[in-house]
Amino acid sequence: MSDNQTMNQRINQPLSQHIKADGSVTSLAEYQSNYGYQGLAKALSMSPGEVVDWVKNANLRGRGGAGFSAGLKWSFVPPLEKLPGQRYVICNADEMEPGTFKDRWLMEHDPHQLIEGLAIAAYAVQADTAFIFLRADYDLCAERLQHAIDEAQAAGLLGEQLNEAGFSLTMLLHTSAGRYICGEETALINSLEGKRAHPRFKPPFPQVSGLFGRPTVVNNTETLCNLPHILYHGIDWFANLGLGDDNGTKIYGVSGRVNNPGCWELPIGTKVADIIALAGGMQDGVKLRGFLPGGGSTDFLTHEHLDLAMDYGTIQHAGSRMGTGTMVLLDDQTCVVGMVLNLIQFFAQESCGWCTPCRNGLPFIRQILTDLEAGRGQHEDLEHLLQLCGYIGIGNTFCALAPGAAEPLQSALKYFREDFVAHIEQGCCPHGNSPTADTGLDKEAML
Amino acid sequence: MTPIIVTDAATNCADWRLQIEPLNEHEEAAIAAEIHHYPQPQAATIEALKIVQQQQGWVSDGKLKAIAQRLQMSPDEVDSVATFYNKIYRQPVGRTVISLCDSVSCWIMGYQGLAQALTKEFNTALGETTPDGALTLLPTPCLGACDQAPVAMVGDQLVHQLTPASLIQLAREQSS
Repeated sequence: MSDNQTMNQRINQPLSQHIKADGSVTSLAEYQSNYGYQGLAKALSMSPGEVVDWVKNANLRGRGGAGFSAGLKWSFVPPLEKLPGQRYVICNADEMEPGTFKDRWLMEHDPHQLIEGLAIAAYAVQADTAFIFLRADYDLCAERLQHAIDEAQAAGLLGEQLNEAGFSLTMLLHTSAGRYICGEETALINSLEGKRAHPRFKPPFPQVSGLFGRPTVVNNTETLCNLPHILYHGIDWFANLGLGDDNGTKIYGVSGRVNNPGCWELPIGTKVADIIALAGGMQDGVKLRGFLPGGGSTDFLTHEHLDLAMDYGTIQHAGSRMGTGTMVLLDDQTCVVGMVLNLIQFFAQESCGWCTPCRNGLPFIRQILTDLEAGRGQHEDLEHLLQLCGYIGIGNTFCALAPGAAEPLQSALKYFREDFVAHIEQGCCPHGNSPTADTGLDKEAML
Repeated sequence: MTPIIVTDAATNCADWRLQIEPLNEHEEAAIAAEIHHYPQPQAATIEALKIVQQQQGWVSDGKLKAIAQRLQMSPDEVDSVATFYNKIYRQPVGRTVISLCDSVSCWIMGYQGLAQALTKEFNTALGETTPDGALTLLPTPCLGACDQAPVAMVGDQLVHQLTPASLIQLAREQSS
């Protein structure tokens, strides 16, 4: 490969350009040898308002799943002149969406990229303190991030007086103690305050009143990792990376019964089929039936959607969400009812218990699905499940956990209804599954 | 008429203070460093619980009360936080905790077979500790390594592409 080709490839895959096959971490020297921390230097030479506008114009959309414009989110923070005093930025590194493993990949291999991105975000909203809220269990990420923060601090890239205007930044790593709900930004803020991670009522939005009642911005890991490159290469470059309406690249992933599961940085808007092809296709003897496009809280899509572009608008138009962009594949040897039961069990367990539809609705759904999977279901259960999906839907709950939980269930009932019916008519799981096969104990009785 | 029992908050306070297991020097220093990061000492609750757990494997009532005293909270407030988070253990665990991922990708790739093999081998249900105190077996939500499913954490090590035989082998190494 010629140098030109190498450079070309690097610029097309900015977030993963330093990721090495052997799994080792990028050192500060390696990172800096390839425009590392120059995006931050550029931001620090601009005014904070210019940085906000730059990122707003780049139309960088939140990579955590919601797809909200990062620059627009920042612009809701009141200017320092109007609201002086402490403000915060937080990196949401609480990756726990079932089927999602992209942020771990970015943090384990290239921690400086995240640190630089977070510093840029902090400067844009004039925060002098930045937290990385890292999920529990990501021990290797914690070790490598802390080392990289210390390196950046020692090199004067973080700390006091980072530019002529006197911008200073302290960066702190907080490792969580578990629970999926911490990924919800207001629950995350409560958790960082040392409380139970219940979501907060909005408004006020965190940008106005967040951590300790101060203006706070929470951005996903992958979103922040885009910032150094957008600042360094510019808005046009970023816009040209995307294939459709969205700009930049996306870390896509595939898991399930494929030959080569993994994640890859591709132009945002790459076709679903092309992403699955990178995963080496299905394993011998199994056929693809459907997929969750972006984690456990997204609606199933099927064969008819394989030619769609994986971007926010296209996938939403098809009735699902791109979510985290990490797909979970359903094959013909896997029981749909069992898979949905597994997802609902996760959401029922991870409900924080704050509001009734989620706290009571999800265990109710879990019980009906347990009965269906065990062959104890009835035809009217299916209508009942759809009704419950409505009860726990958007507008009825405090946060998006329960509406997200309803998505795989409602779409499974739409696309794979015959599988549910087969369980009822045969009085057992056609795949021979038992909902209590893992422990020999009834989960419901244990809880 | 039912007599009204008047409790004296100050007396109760004195009672729980008697049951404190004092923080050791290391815990005290590490918690003080965490408090320093926040405008309110209460914000360090989760870190404080994790610091104690790292020292003794779990968080006992006595230590929880010591944390409450240090952070100027009531013991119940600290416990309400401790019991919310699944990685804070409020009862003793084995020398090694095996956390087996039970979320969707690992479930598709064979979680149930792993769970059956593991619980049968050690005659211990998920959520329990082996009688010799070596292993605690726990199911855990998505570990974020779905491309290497099925996975588990053995202590703080992520182990991947597990088969029932390889998981049992890893678990045996910890229990001997």
